[in-house]
Amino acid sequence: MPSFVINEKCDGCKAQDRTACQYICPNDLMVLDKEKNKAYNRAVDMCWECYSCVKICPTQAIEVRGYADFMPLGGVVQPLRSTDSIMWAVKFRNKKVKRFKFPIRTTPEGTIVPDAGFETGSDDLKSPILRTEPDSL
Amino acid sequence: MNADSFETVVVETDLLILGGGMAACGAAFEASHWAKKHGQRVTLVDKASMERSGAVAMGLSAINLYLGVSKGKNTVEDYVRYVKNDLMGIARKDLVANIARHVDSSVHLFEKWGLPIWKDEEGNYVNEGRWQIMIHGESYKNIVSEAAKSALRELGAYGTYYERIFITEPVMFGDRCVGAVGFSVRENKYYVFKAKAVLDVMGGAVHVFRPKSVGEGLGRSWYPPFNSGASTYFTLKAGAEMTCQEVRFVPVRFKDSYGPVGAWFLLFKATATNAKGEDYMKTRAAELENWAPYGTSKPTPANLRNYLMLLELEAGNGPIYMRTDEAIQKLVAEIPDEKEAKRKMKELESEAWEDFLDMTVSQALNWASHNIMPEESPSEISACEPYFISSHSGASGAWISGPKDLAQGEHHWGYDNMTTVKGLFAAGDASGASSHKFSSGSFTEGRIAAKAAIAFCVDHPELTEVNEEQIFALKDKVLKPLRVFEEHSGYTNDEDVNPNYVKPKMFMFRLQKIMDEYAGGASVGFKTSEALLTKGLEYLQFMKEDAELLAAGDLNELMRCWENVHRMWQAESHIRTVLFREETRWPGYYFRTDHPNMKEEWEVFANCRWDPETGEWEMFKRDLH
Ligand SMILES: Cc1cc2nc3c(=O)[nH]c(=O)nc-3n(C[C@H](O)[C@H](O)[C@H](O)COP(=O)(O)OP(=O)(O)OC[C@H]3O[C@@H](n4cnc5c(N)ncnc54)[C@H](O)[C@@H]3O)c2cc1C
Ligand code: SF4
Ligand code: SF4
Repeated sequence: MPSFVINEKCDGCKAQDRTACQYICPNDLMVLDKEKNKAYNRAVDMCWECYSCVKICPTQAIEVRGYADFMPLGGVVQPLRSTDSIMWAVKFRNKKVKRFKFPIRTTPEGTIVPDAGFETGSDDLKSPILRTEPDSL
Repeated sequence: MNADSFETVVVETDLLILGGGMAACGAAFEASHWAKKHGQRVTLVDKASMERSGAVAMGLSAINLYLGVSKGKNTVEDYVRYVKNDLMGIARKDLVANIARHVDSSVHLFEKWGLPIWKDEEGNYVNEGRWQIMIHGESYKNIVSEAAKSALRELGAYGTYYERIFITEPVMFGDRCVGAVGFSVRENKYYVFKAKAVLDVMGGAVHVFRPKSVGEGLGRSWYPPFNSGASTYFTLKAGAEMTCQEVRFVPVRFKDSYGPVGAWFLLFKATATNAKGEDYMKTRAAELENWAPYGTSKPTPANLRNYLMLLELEAGNGPIYMRTDEAIQKLVAEIPDEKEAKRKMKELESEAWEDFLDMTVSQALNWASHNIMPEESPSEISACEPYFISSHSGASGAWISGPKDLAQGEHHWGYDNMTTVKGLFAAGDASGASSHKFSSGSFTEGRIAAKAAIAFCVDHPELTEVNEEQIFALKDKVLKPLRVFEEHSGYTNDEDVNPNYVKPKMFMFRLQKIMDEYAGGASVGFKTSEALLTKGLEYLQFMKEDAELLAAGDLNELMRCWENVHRMWQAESHIRTVLFREETRWPGYYFRTDHPNMKEEWEVFANCRWDPETGEWEMFKRDLH
């Protein structure tokens, strides 16, 4: 299935005007049931298992259960993403567990300067020289 | 939902960027710089959140196009030769070279912005293959979109972006594209964007063909289910000439979850074999001679590698395995020191899992569910269903002008990356005949197109008055599925079963069934013929009529309706071009049983154009140069 929401953990993003999972899903699948104040995936068979909603949920309420049409039960892959790295726990059907940690970013979020210190060598709109070139080449 | 309640929002800008993916982010970065110098406005519109929209939503584990020209590693000419061979001779050298000569600068920017690129002990990038470099790319899209937004901010009030707006149709003024319309998927608003120049960068198309899994796994296509042919639809409807609409891409990936195989083949040097352990690239090498000179050049074109695998399956020699176990053991065996070998094993294991976790988490879940340890047992691979993605190993897209200093003859007509429609530009998956751009090249092509589009804006300072009638008519058209539903849904007891309309999901399944069975989908071994294609086209005509009766109960369904209309046009241009090209050039992508060989007279581009005036299709050949 794709992504599912653990009822107990979802707080509806504390009734803010948009929930994190709804904000992020590239296929617009996550919606908030306003009555229950819980999010849900409205079309599990259109879910790419991209984990964007899983990674962004502030209460870790979203997990993924592999597509039932070809994955045996029991496997779990769960991330914990911070500002500079991501940790993954891979649990096998046979209960073995593997953990991995990878860097995701070398600069603090929100600090990107587009030119990154490179200079643009030409002001000519018709020349083939692009922004920051030839410096950045 | 009441269609009459929709407010019309009009946005005026100079350059309108449609899409928020890699090419759009490159475009926003580049356009902001030149727009600032020339007092132009830039507006970007994405159907999703740029932070995680498009094919790079999940992240990537490699940048597949980096030349390293300044380090003397490769030349632009080397790359052009490789791409042309991989596409069996059908590629625009001018376009490929234009991207290749700029792409390194994009990659150097990514690194400065914060993308972690693997380095060796001397501080050099770690190559996966000749053109690919390894990255810790989970946040690739977050980083690139942050840079794009930050560039737009440099323009102050002149730089804006809109998210969760689904673009449906072009706005035309005579033979010039002057904007686009769409709707918000969050609130009842119909959007009209008026512009001097429009850049179409809305990605490729998936779910045109029936995916191999049709239960929950329907959404686990290799290509993301949220890119649905908007690019092709937009340029077609504007009346632009299209190229290579027959050149679909059929990747071979780990079975069912479609995990990437690149690192296994290139970095870990693994071999794929049939069930008996035979390396079909060796045992069937003679077949490649039938496809010379491309088949006999190295590396073997992607479609031919697929083809040899398909022949194995036909011969009953499946399943096909990636011998991950042998590859890892061989790499470890090269290290005599036991402790060192152990450390190497751990490193390889981590690299193998990261490859999936960075870009196809589902495959990691698949291995965990099946208790697969890659160092202990091999894994099945198989061919996916066909996709339209010209930035990868397909080629379908708009026919665009090449740069003055590289393009020959009629391949150049003014502005880089402009389509045959004035003011309409295309890049990334939206432009054709320049395959193997990948993430970095799509970003770069977005930059090239955006700079040219700003030049177009400066040269055409008048903002064309858009005909109000056209805007009203388009609003009617865009919201029609809501009206159809409102009018008829009370008639039956089940809102999905109603003789007066069709819901988008079943419409999509119908399209997929036609394409799969008649246009050479996965279930028929990618084979088709004139008779099958003609029949498929006949069924598509019924679909085009029924498209007028699509029904949507809410905004989400309205988006699904339009996604499937877009897919249907992608499908029609594909069938027509496969029919037009009377040969088989890319076996492994598709096979014409009635024309089973490659023919010299087809050493040309097969182009098409839908005429907005007459509604007729024209098919024609264009020289390669
Ligand atoms: C599974 C997979 C693995 C890949 N692996 C690699 C790799 O390892 N290395 C590499 O370099 N490249 C890789 N690629 C290729 C790379 O992802 C693409 O080349 C690149 O993303 C193409 O850029 P684009 O801007 O054309 O499309 P995308 O990045 O897909 O962007 C399309 C944009 O259009 C928007 N959009 C779509 N329809 C509409 C609409 N109707 N209205 C408004 N907006 C719309 C989308 O939301 C999105 O923002 C991979 C691709 C896939 C699918
Ligand atoms: S992001 Fe998490 S907490 Fe917020 S609504 Fe979604 S599932 Fe609930
Ligand atoms: S996994 Fe991805 S596609 Fe599926 S619901 Fe979450 S964000 Fe959407």
